[in-house]
Amino acid sequence: MSVLVYTESDQGVLKKAALEVASYAKAIANKLNTTVTAVAINANNTDTLSKYGVDKILNISSTELENFNAKGYADALKQAAEKAEAKVVVLSSSANSKYLAPLLSINLDAGYVSNVVEVPTEVAPLTVKRSAFTNKAFEIAQINSDIKIIGLSNNAFGLVETSADTTTEDFTPALSNLGVTVDAVDKASDKVTIADADIVVSAGRGLKGPENWGMIEELADVLGAATACSKPVSDLGWRPHGEHVGQTGKPVATNLYIAIGISGAIQHLAGVSASKIKVVINTDPEAPFFKAADYGVVGDAFTVIPELITKLKAFKAQ
Amino acid sequence: MNILVCISHVPDTTSKINFTDNDTTFDTNGVQFVINPNDEFGLTRAMWFKEKQGAKVTVINVGGAETEPTLRKALAIGADAAIRINTAATDGLTVAKQIANVIKNDNYDLIISGRESIDYNGGMVPGMIAALIDANFVNTCTSLEIDGTQAKATREIDGGIERITTSLPLVIGGQKGLVEESDLKIPNMRGIMMARKKPLQVVEPIESSAKSNSIKFEKPAAKGAVTLVDANNLDELINLLHNEAKAI
Ligand SMILES: Cc1cc2nc3c(=O)[nH]c(=O)nc-3n(C[C@H](O)[C@H](O)[C@H](O)COP(=O)(O)OP(=O)(O)OC[C@H]3O[C@@H](n4cnc5c(N)ncnc54)[C@H](O)[C@@H]3O)c2cc1C
Repeated sequence: MSVLVYTESDQGVLKKAALEVASYAKAIANKLNTTVTAVAINANNTDTLSKYGVDKILNISSTELENFNAKGYADALKQAAEKAEAKVVVLSSSANSKYLAPLLSINLDAGYVSNVVEVPTEVAPLTVKRSAFTNKAFEIAQINSDIKIIGLSNNAFGLVETSADTTTEDFTPALSNLGVTVDAVDKASDKVTIADADIVVSAGRGLKGPENWGMIEELADVLGAATACSKPVSDLGWRPHGEHVGQTGKPVATNLYIAIGISGAIQHLAGVSASKIKVVINTDPEAPFFKAADYGVVGDAFTVIPELITKLKAFKAQ
Repeated sequence: MNILVCISHVPDTTSKINFTDNDTTFDTNGVQFVINPNDEFGLTRAMWFKEKQGAKVTVINVGGAETEPTLRKALAIGADAAIRINTAATDGLTVAKQIANVIKNDNYDLIISGRESIDYNGGMVPGMIAALIDANFVNTCTSLEIDGTQAKATREIDGGIERITTSLPLVIGGQKGLVEESDLKIPNMRGIMMARKKPLQVVEPIESSAKSNSIKFEKPAAKGAVTLVDANNLDELINLLHNEAKAI
C-alpha cells in the first residue's frame, strides 16, 4: 500500500505544483504510516522528487501521451494506482488534473473531493477541509470509499522538503482509444500562467482602455508575475478571456495578488480571496476591495504604477 | 441532434453565504437561486445549435421540487423539455449517476454541463457522466462546432488554449467563451408563457450511494484591517511587501 501522487510536468519539466502535491502526499503517508509513489509522465527531471519525500517513481514515457489526454492519463493513473495498491491518490488543481480526476474516480470506483486546503484531520474515515461557495466558505467532507482521491488547491500546502531514498521504475500502461485529439496548443511559452504564478498583477476597468496595459505588463515582468483582469475588461475585449479571474473566471490562489483599478465586487473577490497577500491600488478610498486587502494605496494608477515600476527595478537591482 | 443540458440550481453570485442546523446546512433564507453561470453559457450554445443546425434541447436537474423555477427559466429561454430527477443532489457522484442513467435510456448525442457549479465547486459532474456512459469528454470548453458526428472544440488550459477534434457522443464541461456574455439569452414574455406548456417530467431516482459526504461548514476568519501606504511613499510599500509580508 502506498499514497499515489500524480506529479505533473510541462514540456518535460516537473511543475511547482508537482512538488507541492508530493509534499502533501508525504504528509498523508506519514499519517497512514506508509510510502509515497509518484507517477510522472514524460518528465525528465524526476530526481528532484527525492527532496520531497517520494519513495518510488513510476516513470511513464509514451509518445501517445505526448499531448495531455484526460482519458489516456486517467487510464495510466488507474493502472499505477493498482500497481502501488494505493488507497489514497493525490492530484493538483491544475486544469489538466481537474480534467482527469472525475474520470479516474469512476475508473477506480473512488470517492473524489476537490479543492482540499489542508492535511486530513482524521484518516478513518478520511476527513478533509475544502473550499466551497467560491472561497466564501469551507466544507468539512468525509470520503468513505475504499480508494480516495484528493484534489489539493494550488498553494494551499506549500513545498515541504523531506529527503528520501527514491527508486525509479519504468512503467508502461496499456492505453485504450483516446477519443480526443489535440490539433494545436496556443500557449505563450515565455509567460508564467495564473495557475502557476507566485505573484499575479491584475487590472480592471479603472485602466480606461486596452492601450494602457503596457505598464501592467511591465510591472508583471519586473515581478515575474502573471497578468490577470476583471470580468468587464475581458468582456469588453481589452484583454483575452483567459485572463478573466473571479467567481465566473479563473480562480486565483497565489502568494501575492496586486489589484489595480478594480473595485472589488463580490464576484471578483470570491474568486481571488484565496490569495495570501492582497495589495489594492485604487483612486477611490471607498472601493470595497480595500476591506479585503492587506495593503492599499489610494492613488491614481497612471502615476502610481510607473513610479512603482521604477522603484521595484531599483529594489531588484540591489 | 439530441442535446441534454445539465442545469445546476445555485445561489445568485451576490448571495450571502450562511449555514443553519449547527453549520451543517446551507441557509437558503433570503437567497435567490439562478441557473449556474457556466451552465447558462452551455444552454445558450445549445439554443444556437437548435436554431442553426436543428436540435432538440432537453434540460435536466437533480434536485427537489424547489429547483423547478430554475428549470422553467431554462424552458423560457428556449429548451424544448425538462427533466427533474427527484432526489437531493448530495454529492457530485450521485448527480452524475442519476443523469447517466437517464442518458442510457434516452440516447443523447451531446451532453452540455458547466465545468463547475458556483455553490459546491466540485467540478466533477461532466467528467463522471462521460466516464459512466463511455463518451468523449472536453472540459473547460470555450468553443464547440459540430459537423455530423465530428466535433471541433477549444479548451482553456493553464496559460493558453488547446484546439481539439473529437466525435459524438460527447460530454463537455462548458464555460464563458462557448458564447459571448452579450449573447446570453434572457427569457421574454412569450418564452415565459410558452414554458408553462412545455413538458417537465419528474423522474424517480435510481439506487445510488454517495462516496463522500458533507459534515460541516465553516466561514473564513474575518480579515484584519488594511495597511494603507501613502502614494508618495511607495518605498514603504516595497519594504512592507519584502520584510513584513515576505511576498517579494
Ligand atoms: C453573475 C456575475 C458573475 C460575475 N463574475 C465576475 C468575475 O468572475 N470576475 C469579475 O471580476 N467580475 C465578475 N462580475 C462583475 C462584477 O460584479 C463587477 O462588475 C466587476 O468585477 C467590476 O470590474 P472592475 O472592478 O474592473 O470595474 P469597476 O467596478 O468599474 O471598477 C473600476 C475601479 O477602478 C477605479 N479607478 C478608476 N480610475 C482609476 C485610476 N486612474 N487609478 C486607479 N483606480 C482607478 C475605480 O475607483 C473603481 O473602483 C460578475 C457579475 C455577475 C453579475
